[in-house]
Amino acid sequence: MENYMKLEVPAKSCNESFVRAAVAAFSVQLDLSIEEMCDIKTAVSEAVTNSIVHGYANMKGIVKITCKVIDSVLEIEIADYGVGIEDVSQAMQPLFTSGPEGERSGMGFTVMQTFMDELLVKSKPGEGTVVTMKKRIGG
Amino acid sequence: MDINLETIGTTLVAKLSGEIDHHTAPHIRDAIDREMNIRNIVNLVLDFDNVTFMDSSGIGVIAGRYKEIQARGGKVMIIRVKPQVDKILEISGLKTILDCSH
Repeated sequence: MENYMKLEVPAKSCNESFVRAAVAAFSVQLDLSIEEMCDIKTAVSEAVTNSIVHGYANMKGIVKITCKVIDSVLEIEIADYGVGIEDVSQAMQPLFTSGPEGERSGMGFTVMQTFMDELLVKSKPGEGTVVTMKKRIGG
Repeated sequence: MDINLETIGTTLVAKLSGEIDHHTAPHIRDAIDREMNIRNIVNLVLDFDNVTFMDSSGIGVIAGRYKEIQARGGKVMIIRVKPQVDKILEISGLKTILDCSH
């Protein structure tokens, strides 16, 4: 089976719940378990929140979400055109945060890594960040 | 996200319902902090029975309240945790320092 969907939302925190619900609704075609759906929702929420909080630092911007289903694999790409990440490997360290707001846990990438099977982060300072995650359903 | 607060002596019981994310976290944090400061709260119980979703923003909220409660010499308890929330609590390491039950 092959299928896809594209979604674009302004970088507003109220869209975090909408995006993860939309991705969850799209992923239903894969006949996934409740746990798998919860994993996907959480990982999507982390990536979208990163774009809003760090990519755009709560300024205006657009977050683009692309989901693909290829056989039993769900691939999710979350892209922003924000400030980008200077040092991706440092940003991916557990508990690392550059957050402008207080009480960011620094666990975003760790959650994405744990809840999904694959995580790829591409970023260029001044151009933005693209997070690609894959999850094999029923695997 | 809805939050219901009840004070029993010096213990604050916060019943949370709905989704905890970056959008709702400030509301939860402010509501708990306000109550903690008005009344002389030492212990905090977070009732997660009706929490349907939590991402790492929730970890930040819990860790922040834990620091404050610890400074007051009290304890933080998280009760009625659902599997979907349990997984992220586990990863965060919070379960090793908090009293956590299902």
